[in-house]
Amino acid sequence: MPVDSYAYLPRSFRAMYEEPPRLDGETEPVWAPMGRRLAESTVALLSSAGLYVNDGSQEPFDLDRERAEPGWGDPSWRAIPRSTPQGGLGMAHLHVNDADTMADHEVSLPLRTLDRLVMDGIVGESAPTHYGVMGYQQAGLSEWRSHTAAEIVTRLRDEHVDCLLLAPA
Amino acid sequence: MPVLARHVEAAGIPTVVVTMMPDVAQWLLAPRVVGVEFPFGHSFGMPGDAVTHRRVLETALVVLAGAVAPGTRVDLDLAWPVSRGEAYKSWQPAEPSPIVKMLLDRQKGT
Repeated sequence: MPVDSYAYLPRSFRAMYEEPPRLDGETEPVWAPMGRRLAESTVALLSSAGLYVNDGSQEPFDLDRERAEPGWGDPSWRAIPRSTPQGGLGMAHLHVNDADTMADHEVSLPLRTLDRLVMDGIVGESAPTHYGVMGYQQAGLSEWRSHTAAEIVTRLRDEHVDCLLLAPA
Repeated sequence: MPVLARHVEAAGIPTVVVTMMPDVAQWLLAPRVVGVEFPFGHSFGMPGDAVTHRRVLETALVVLAGAVAPGTRVDLDLAWPVSRGEAYKSWQPAEPSPIVKMLLDRQKGT
């Protein structure tokens, strides 16, 4: 049965999300074919739940500025090592509840589930680095388009990642 | 999120987006889309539900590996295991986000 894309959206928000305007330069399909089998591929995950490593090595996403400028969202990204354990992530996102992702990080970033797919021979490798972004962004997504995406691509290439799974929060 | 997927894809790295709003991701031309009818903030399922986490992740990776053209979409036929009302509450933040608060204040004329 097809997914109802608006099942959990407040009714008054629906008009904002139905067929939003496509940005300049984002109106044509893009395509990169898989170059090798999944069982030989290195896979990276990216979540927009505002996840960051909470051992003091990373700053949370900047929620104070968003509180002061409600139209702005932190466009930066965080590198999350594949070995990050349960309890090793914080979540900074003012638009979704963090309780379930904090109770079980697999809800938003399934690192251990990916490890099991590697052990079972379905996936070749889990990438050394996975990615956290914060999904609430200013209109036009200018920083994501001009900087964040390119920085993530550079890291993916440096680590010879074959494919990326993105999970919006 | 579709825009990040598109930029990574344009750089030659294949992508798949796992989303509660597959209509929107498809409209915004994410190359491969997997839909889940789960509350926001729960892309892979409930806490502790390892079976569903694996089913969603494995399905998405199969779509990633096997899709043959842009615009591919597969929706997972999985029901959320608690009532719609409870699920709705489970994704709402403890207090309205700044933008929602600002819009509500404007409506009230404060």
